[in-house]
Amino acid sequence: MTATATTTVTPALQLKDVSKTFGSVIALRDITLHVDPGTVTCVLGDNGAGKSTLIKILAGVHQPSTGTFLVKGKERTFGSPRDALGAGIATVFQDLATVPLMSVWRNFFLGNEPRRGLPGIRMLDTQFARQTCRTELLNMGIDIRDLEQPVGTLSGGERQAVAIARAVYFGAEVLILDEPTSALGVRQSGVVLKYIRQAKERGIAVVFITHNPHHAHMVGDRFYLLNRGTLTNEFTRDTVTREELVKAMAGGAELEALAHELKQ
Amino acid sequence: MSATTAAPKDERLVKTSRLTRTLRRPELGALLGALVVYALFAVTDRTGSFATITGTANWTDAASQIGIVAVPVALLMIAGEFDLSAGVLVGTSGLFCGLLTTNYGVNLWLAILLTFAFAAGIGFINGWLVMLTGLPSFIVTLAMFFSLRGINLGVTKILTDTVRVAGVGNVPSYDSAQKVFGSELWAPYNFKVAVIWWLAITAVATLVLTKTRFGNWIYAVGGDANAARNTGVPVRRTKITLFVLTAMSAALLGVINIIRFKSMQAGQGVGQEFYYIIAAVVGGCLLTGGFGSAIGAAIGASIMGMAFIGIAFAGWNTDWTFLFLGVILFAAVLVNTYIGRRAQGARK
Repeated sequence: MTATATTTVTPALQLKDVSKTFGSVIALRDITLHVDPGTVTCVLGDNGAGKSTLIKILAGVHQPSTGTFLVKGKERTFGSPRDALGAGIATVFQDLATVPLMSVWRNFFLGNEPRRGLPGIRMLDTQFARQTCRTELLNMGIDIRDLEQPVGTLSGGERQAVAIARAVYFGAEVLILDEPTSALGVRQSGVVLKYIRQAKERGIAVVFITHNPHHAHMVGDRFYLLNRGTLTNEFTRDTVTREELVKAMAGGAELEALAHELKQ
Repeated sequence: MSATTAAPKDERLVKTSRLTRTLRRPELGALLGALVVYALFAVTDRTGSFATITGTANWTDAASQIGIVAVPVALLMIAGEFDLSAGVLVGTSGLFCGLLTTNYGVNLWLAILLTFAFAAGIGFINGWLVMLTGLPSFIVTLAMFFSLRGINLGVTKILTDTVRVAGVGNVPSYDSAQKVFGSELWAPYNFKVAVIWWLAITAVATLVLTKTRFGNWIYAVGGDANAARNTGVPVRRTKITLFVLTAMSAALLGVINIIRFKSMQAGQGVGQEFYYIIAAVVGGCLLTGGFGSAIGAAIGASIMGMAFIGIAFAGWNTDWTFLFLGVILFAAVLVNTYIGRRAQGARK
């Protein structure tokens, strides 16, 4: 699976010369990138690099100030996250959009509740919901003991898994993950990376936003480096080693200078 | 790795017992409280009728006067909002219905319909203002509370030159409306028909909360409005609908009261809004939203109904009722918080 030959595949998402300004602040400048189905595209950047703005444009929260946004080759403008969702772009934000006090299965189907019965008096299909929720979570390799337990009592990794499984189940063609591993420990991060791999194997275009080059390199097919609102580097998996990625991300020479400084 | 193999069982996790699951129910504390209160008044009763069917007819009447509105208020609280205008709206609705019939000669049934529409309008204004301004509903509905209180007095005085609307018993169609809203059932015990309304509202509200999409949305918008919005739940619509339903339940109680008593004071309903909130909170609703139940609010209303009747039956001075309510409120919240924490498994 190579991400270099893109001539035959229509990218799931494409940004062309996209800029975003907030008043006098230029948050993003001339961003051009594409995301292919069945690949993991990593967007790497340090704090303040413009990752959040980029993600919000992709998710439909913000609209680009200039430039074009293409979904499956067609130019689109989204007014809200709901629009983006309708086009198959699901975003798992850092807050995960789960309601802590509600049970796992109710969260799983929140906003897309399955119903049955006659029109007008349609009730929740709770049995279907519970069963589907359990199967979908198992397919992601996660076994929740009790679907009735409030989501707030799950661990960070499990909550992340519920949010990802939900996005995948509801037909996401593009899955945008906002720093899914940033708050997790080593093992839990590994688990989440595994979910990312599984989503990719299902043919989903995954956009993995992170500031951790190690995590990115483990699952990524294409890497974009964002720095101070502009794309500074673009790599594909076969053209970059982890060390190069770390180095590029940290600003190469700067890191060496820092290492030198710390040695003294 | 095969996609269908389950992850190995985590040995650190205790199996959730049936007890934990029971403890997670929001109304458990209220149910225990209701049993204690019932036992207390059954023992202290001096008339010998509290624990009889007649006594039950008495306290369920008092409870229905609170419960009819407390249940929708509980739904609104689960959705994370308050309605302090619900009490005074009971008066407004009764006066509105009464004035339409006695002063303007409108047919009673039509007047009842108009009253519901009017109250729905008030509820919509409440909800719409809360969503539009982003101000706490506590403030918006408090303003509505004072506005309505002023309107009740002002309009009633202008139209009748007194502070009450009377003579509803003489308007046409009174008898048929009285059957639906003000009759009594099961002689000789004479349960009020309002009790049926109260139980029906509780049953429907419970069904809506647990078994419908709208119920899911109610918990979601109260638990985390942002998360709800991001998953596509129409937060504004859900909350405004609940404000409208709450206002319409207040209208129902207003109609019930004006038909039952055939007259209404302009000050009717003032102060009742706290009864509804107390009933909801005693019944396990979190003040911060996202948690609670309709049955809990109905049990909360029962406890208050028992207290009103029980204190009188025990021969105590009824002035003590409020002290009792205060203590009950505090104890219930304490117990609910404790149980809630244990059930969440957070801190013990």
